[in-house]
Amino acid sequence: MTEHVAADVAIVGGGTAGCSTALHLRRRGATVVLLERELCGGQASGVNYGGVRQQGRDLAELPLARRSREMWGRLAEIVGNDCEFVASGHVKLARSDADMAELEAYREAVRPYGLELEMLGRNDLRTRYPFLGDAAVGGSLCADDGQANPRLVAPAFAHAARAAGADIREHASVTTIEHDGARFRLRTASGIEVTATTLLNVAGAWGHEIAARFGESVPEDVIAPNMCVTEPVPHFMVPNFGVCGGGFYVRQIPRGNVIFGGGRGIAARERVRASPLALSSLDSSRQTITLVPCLRHAQIIRTWTGIEGVMPDVIPVIGRSRTTPGLFHAFGFSGHGFQLGPAMGAVLSELILDGATPTPIAAFDIGRFASASS
Amino acid sequence: MNDRPPIVIGAGPAGSRAAATLVAAGYSPIVLDEAPASGGQIYRRAPSGFTRSYRALYGFDAAKARRLHAAFDGIKGSIDYRPGTLVWDLKHGALHCLSNGRSQEISYRDVILAPGARDRIIPFPGWTLPGIYTLGGAQIALKYQGCAIGTRIVFMGTGPLLYLVAYQYAKAGGAIAAVLDTTPFAAKRRAVPGLLRGGSTFAKGLWYVAALRARGIIVANGIRPVAAEEKDAAVSVLAYRSAAGVERRLACDAIAFGFGLSSETQLADLAEIPFTFDPIQQQFLPEHDISGRTPVRGVYLAGDGSGIAGADAAELAGERAALALLEDHGHEVGKPRVAALERALRQIAEFRVTLEAAFPFPVDIAEEMPDDTILCRCEAVTAGEFRSSAHALEADEINRAKAFSRCGMGRCQGRVCGPAAAAVLAAALNLPPERVGRLRGQPPVKPIPMAVVTVHP
Repeated sequence: MTEHVAADVAIVGGGTAGCSTALHLRRRGATVVLLERELCGGQASGVNYGGVRQQGRDLAELPLARRSREMWGRLAEIVGNDCEFVASGHVKLARSDADMAELEAYREAVRPYGLELEMLGRNDLRTRYPFLGDAAVGGSLCADDGQANPRLVAPAFAHAARAAGADIREHASVTTIEHDGARFRLRTASGIEVTATTLLNVAGAWGHEIAARFGESVPEDVIAPNMCVTEPVPHFMVPNFGVCGGGFYVRQIPRGNVIFGGGRGIAARERVRASPLALSSLDSSRQTITLVPCLRHAQIIRTWTGIEGVMPDVIPVIGRSRTTPGLFHAFGFSGHGFQLGPAMGAVLSELILDGATPTPIAAFDIGRFASASS
Repeated sequence: MNDRPPIVIGAGPAGSRAAATLVAAGYSPIVLDEAPASGGQIYRRAPSGFTRSYRALYGFDAAKARRLHAAFDGIKGSIDYRPGTLVWDLKHGALHCLSNGRSQEISYRDVILAPGARDRIIPFPGWTLPGIYTLGGAQIALKYQGCAIGTRIVFMGTGPLLYLVAYQYAKAGGAIAAVLDTTPFAAKRRAVPGLLRGGSTFAKGLWYVAALRARGIIVANGIRPVAAEEKDAAVSVLAYRSAAGVERRLACDAIAFGFGLSSETQLADLAEIPFTFDPIQQQFLPEHDISGRTPVRGVYLAGDGSGIAGADAAELAGERAALALLEDHGHEVGKPRVAALERALRQIAEFRVTLEAAFPFPVDIAEEMPDDTILCRCEAVTAGEFRSSAHALEADEINRAKAFSRCGMGRCQGRVCGPAAAAVLAAALNLPPERVGRLRGQPPVKPIPMAVVTVHP
């Protein structure tokens, strides 16, 4: 039995970007159907590290990240749940003089965007963070950055969107998408047929599949960042820590668990399944102890990963389709989309309803991939 | 198969017998076991230097324990035996095991999982107080170390273990305040005709109850726990409701409780074996046939880790799974032996249906758990917090509810609270238990230290 649903906008993908857009569209009166294959926030949005970080981003992402950061501070007001966000600060550690020079240069580059970074020398590190080992020679602190509980964010946006009247369908896997020149027609395996004048592709690591159906082939690769969490230990670490060059990160939540990540798990994109890799867990555990030696006695209680789409230039695809009017894309967040999630809803709803957004997003145009603009 | 020897995980009745069967066929399996000595939980050996007799340690099962231990000791020279070893991850032909702070990767082609079972508990108000143990924990204290958990002990719960452990304590001279069974007498009486077919198992059960009563120990049926109360930071009273609905209070300094057993299924889960809900045992179990074969090639299951059937069945299943492995490698195995094993396993499975009916999992205790009861002790999540977080963000299955509330996210990864949490959630959402699903396994199976040293073979 087919169920027919009509809406102004059909959204494919229940990550934070999709759920946030559903909420923003509803609050401006548009009708919305969101189709999620499993559960909202089940992949990269929900099982990431939980860093709410602006520091270290590609400059092109900073206006978006700044806008999102402002929203993170108001989540309780926006979705009725603060999602355990705390502005705990984020320190990027340097392990060499070359690293320090890189951090200095970055600090100068981000000033025009209003992002303030404080340089920390070796002595500053020892005084403020006496738990750090000798590997770090300095760092830069972004006091405005922080952390949140990723398990709550997409579901909280989905819940708020539903309360605002959005039609959020979980366990609704899209099997066909057609465009007749005026309308999109989508069918799900569960027997829902959706017609909409606008289609938003926020399908994460599977976003390229939808783009390809409309003649926009883009090289979206896949990663499964490997993460671990320890049992709770007394709270001693306030900011999140990362390292120059990336690839490794650690934070402690107020209740005591230490979360760290590095290396890759196994991503089976076609099966929508990911699993952590023991050797990655052991490697990142070793790196964590090098930077924070007192953790050597802590016990790892769980490891996990999720599937994330990555573009060759490590920035997402965001914006309107080059081939199909009414189609919009936002996918391939390349391992750092969590912080951007809330603002994506604001930006995409503006793009869809107003035809433009005040937040610069030209760098993310799908046309930057040659095969997509043909 | 000799380039990569078969691996047996667990050295209880199932693992011991599986290893012996492989050795008899000319193989040298690697046997990985968490315990310092073989025997599993039921035939756990006393530490070296302890001098209690098999009779004192294992009672009616002394001969079986002696035989299993002797058989294992007899093959030690033919196997790569690694006691004190935790297998903490396993997938796609590689497992990771931890021993003395060192972690090693072992690649495998064939593995027999025989990880056994643990106590199934349902939290009740005050259950986290010092002095409160599971039935299995209380039994281990006695069997392994010769220690009692208290000087005035209440045994509470359901299942054969309730009477066995109480009897073992009584026999060892422990002071027992009462044996409180959550099963109504009528349920057991209804099950008697079926239980009689279980032969000695049923006779032993009757013997334990009679022996307890003969010592003047109160044995009550159909009770419900109300709360454990505290004095000087330890348990001092168990309040319970009698079958007639009267609230009673029993002074005690220790409580041992449990409601049957849960299979240890994490390794099967990590091996990507599909699970189905077993309505008789009221738990999700990894799929396997009577030979122990699973839908995942090269992974075999045996013993209580694949569904609760007891030690006798575990031995038979261990042998059967090893024979299946051999068959799959083209060995001729004795057809009559295979048929006899499968016949015996089917008989035990039939008896098990009756036993589960005689000692039903008292799911109402979970369903009616007061909101202020600690449901997840690792993360200190109360039943009320769990229910309201599931409602607030619309969690319709157990992994979602876990993600929202942290219930089951702590040290034990839901091994302890998982079954009760699923029952609490099912009741809160008015769904059948199989609809709320099961907690997905994530490595490590048990906590591992961050400072673990990686050993490359």
